[in-house]
Amino acid sequence: MPGSIQSLERAAAVLRLLAGGERRLGLSDVASSLGLAKGTTHGILRTLQQEGFVEQEPVSGKYQLGAELLRLGNSYLDVHELRARALVWTDDLARSSGEAAYLGVLHQHGVLIVHHVFRPDDGRQVLEVGAMQPLHSTALGKVLSAFDPVARNEVAEGELAALTSRTVTGADDFESVLDLTRARGWGSDLEETWDGVASVAAPVYDRRRMPVGAVGLTGAVERVCDADGIQARLVAAVRDCARAVSRDLGAGRF
Amino acid sequence: MTDTPTSSHGTGPFIAAIDQGTTSSRCIIFDRDGRIVAVDQKEHEQIFPKPGWVEHDAAEIWTNVQEVVAGAITKAGQDIAGFTPSDVKAIGITNQRETTMLWDKNTGEPVHNALVWQDTRTDALCRELGRNVGQDRFRRQTGLPLASYFAGPKVRWLLDNVDGLRERAERGEILFGTMDSWVIWNLTGGVDGGKHVTDVTNASRTLLMDLKTLQWDAKICDSIGVPMSVLPEIRSSSEVYGTTDIGGLDAVPVASALGDQQAALFGQTCFAVGEAKSTYGTGTFMLMNTGETPVNSYAGLITTVGYRIGDAKPVYALEGSIAVTGALVQWMRDQMGLISTAAEIETLASSVEDNGGAYFVPAFSGLFAPYWRSDARGVIAGLTRYVTKAHIARAVLEATAWQTREIADAMFKDSSTEVTTLKVDGGMTSNNLLMQTLSDFLDVPVVRPMVAETTCLGAAYAAGLAIGFWPDTEALRANWKRAAEWTPQMDAGERDKEYKQWLKAVQATMGWLDDEQD
Ligand SMILES: Nc1ncnc2c1ncn2[C@@H]1O[C@H](COP(=O)(O)OP(=O)(O)O)[C@@H](O)[C@H]1O
Repeated sequence: MPGSIQSLERAAAVLRLLAGGERRLGLSDVASSLGLAKGTTHGILRTLQQEGFVEQEPVSGKYQLGAELLRLGNSYLDVHELRARALVWTDDLARSSGEAAYLGVLHQHGVLIVHHVFRPDDGRQVLEVGAMQPLHSTALGKVLSAFDPVARNEVAEGELAALTSRTVTGADDFESVLDLTRARGWGSDLEETWDGVASVAAPVYDRRRMPVGAVGLTGAVERVCDADGIQARLVAAVRDCARAVSRDLGAGRF
Repeated sequence: MTDTPTSSHGTGPFIAAIDQGTTSSRCIIFDRDGRIVAVDQKEHEQIFPKPGWVEHDAAEIWTNVQEVVAGAITKAGQDIAGFTPSDVKAIGITNQRETTMLWDKNTGEPVHNALVWQDTRTDALCRELGRNVGQDRFRRQTGLPLASYFAGPKVRWLLDNVDGLRERAERGEILFGTMDSWVIWNLTGGVDGGKHVTDVTNASRTLLMDLKTLQWDAKICDSIGVPMSVLPEIRSSSEVYGTTDIGGLDAVPVASALGDQQAALFGQTCFAVGEAKSTYGTGTFMLMNTGETPVNSYAGLITTVGYRIGDAKPVYALEGSIAVTGALVQWMRDQMGLISTAAEIETLASSVEDNGGAYFVPAFSGLFAPYWRSDARGVIAGLTRYVTKAHIARAVLEATAWQTREIADAMFKDSSTEVTTLKVDGGMTSNNLLMQTLSDFLDVPVVRPMVAETTCLGAAYAAGLAIGFWPDTEALRANWKRAAEWTPQMDAGERDKEYKQWLKAVQATMGWLDDEQD
């Protein structure tokens, strides 16, 4: 096996050993089963423990598989849980900005809208939960593409369709848009999806700092933009909202 | 990166609301647009001396109330440039309803723990008080069935069971109150001239008040065994009862009191006849404004006062409660282990198109409104080999929606008023599938307001009206902002067919227990 890394192979062997047969093993059991020196084995177990893949029982000192390993298998955040956590913050975003708020996640090469708060006026509005939006032209989509590698691959595989005369359709140009989005920490859409409509969005992180969605607001260009683009106060409101939701998901302060 | 305050709620004046709830006390400060400016909250101990008995330490609650008021004011001071306590122009109160206590008016000491609304120790007493008439003995005057929730029989229990208390009460040393009275009395000075008052909505949950005169009914007080000397004065829900100096405040008017569900009705601005709100939490409470005359219920609902603003005519409401709604979702999570968080019920339920023929009637402790059958127990009906856990999840959500439909139907039967739009709040409203299902089953639009804290907001609104902070209810209506709306999308024939199946499943729960009294 050219290029394989010995310590990773050994770590894998330790995990397999702990997964099979007896659930809890002491250091010397592990070392002798795998034919390794105790010092080497201890180093591997310590590292795995730090990553949460292995846990040590405090009393007996024996090792077993860690909770993190179990979580890896079904690690995605339930989108309905995400909505429940975002509810109060997105209500406040809509209320303070006077625009409609949206929460989106990556789904089948697009942005799935999982939560929508109406613009706080009496205008007739239809709930857009369940609708899909394009990844390459919307603020939510650009944020997901910029921060989530899976979304970025998906958008790279697809076609950058011109939805309005302002849609960015060149691959290189789009890469620069993503660079800018990453650098600023937020993304925008200035009439690139719908004529007359602008939006701004920021990433939402879970407790492992994984980007799990994007939150933003959308409204008429005349209200949302000034001469410099999206109004600074709306950018700040969206980013505050994204941070608040992330904190609620346990992402810690950042 | 730091959080920069971006929002526009930087300028006073403000109104504060105290929510003295079943599990915690909270204080929220609102601005003129009804937006939340600061919140503080503290839980108190739940005391279970025996199975079925639930008590709170009223002294602990009063301490917590003082702390959360001070806490909210401190937070507002940190978050809002230039804030001073004098920017708080009035304070309103909303409270867990029916929870009952007696205290010594000279020392301010509670004579016993408060008996919480859930406490069932007065079950036998209520049956005895029903005599040959049964639980509707006082319904015509009070709008209520004789049930252990309500305050009157709890007062009688305390007088009968605390040593020497009846004598002290007869000597005029003892005051009775639901939590609104306790909080207001303490806020306005306690032993130093505290005001002993309650509001019409709280008084309407005692079994002691005449719904039409809005006064204590001397005959009923006598029948239940409550001396009128312990009773507070009944006032409107929105007027200045006195002033308070707690938490850094200086002579701030204490200007509203509303039971929690009535406060939510007010916060949802259900000011017109036929407007209704439903609060979806562990259980569900639906109230409909029925206007200026009380509507008797023959369909198993409760008649209650909705609110009264100052000297205006009182506004009445019909109330229907559902014991198990969010609790069924919790049951799926904790007892069945089919989901790991409450929100996941929607993921599971959304993985199928329909209920697969399954119906879940969660009559865990009998059927409540509109049936009132204690011999019923829960049923999952319509099981076939085809049914999966996802179908059951769907049936769980549908159970909440069908039970709401039954209450809405009962309200129509009693009042001939149709619910035209349902305003919703509470933890379950984050469930999109449930909200759509509700709209489908009721065949009316379902709307969620932007401020989730409708209970505190209602108390703040009533207090603000009393001092002219807001001019009238129209101004409050303008504050009400729609966050989302679900409209019916179900075929009428399909709805009728499904409703029939649900009603059949309900029939299947009845008579499970052999002895009605169990
Ligand atoms: N997304 C959801 N779907 C269904 N039920 C939910 C959801 N989120 C919360 N719940 C239920 O709502 C209840 C909590 O709502 P809350 O308004 O906080 O109730 P309470 O005030 O009665 O404690 C719980 O019973 C929980 O199971």
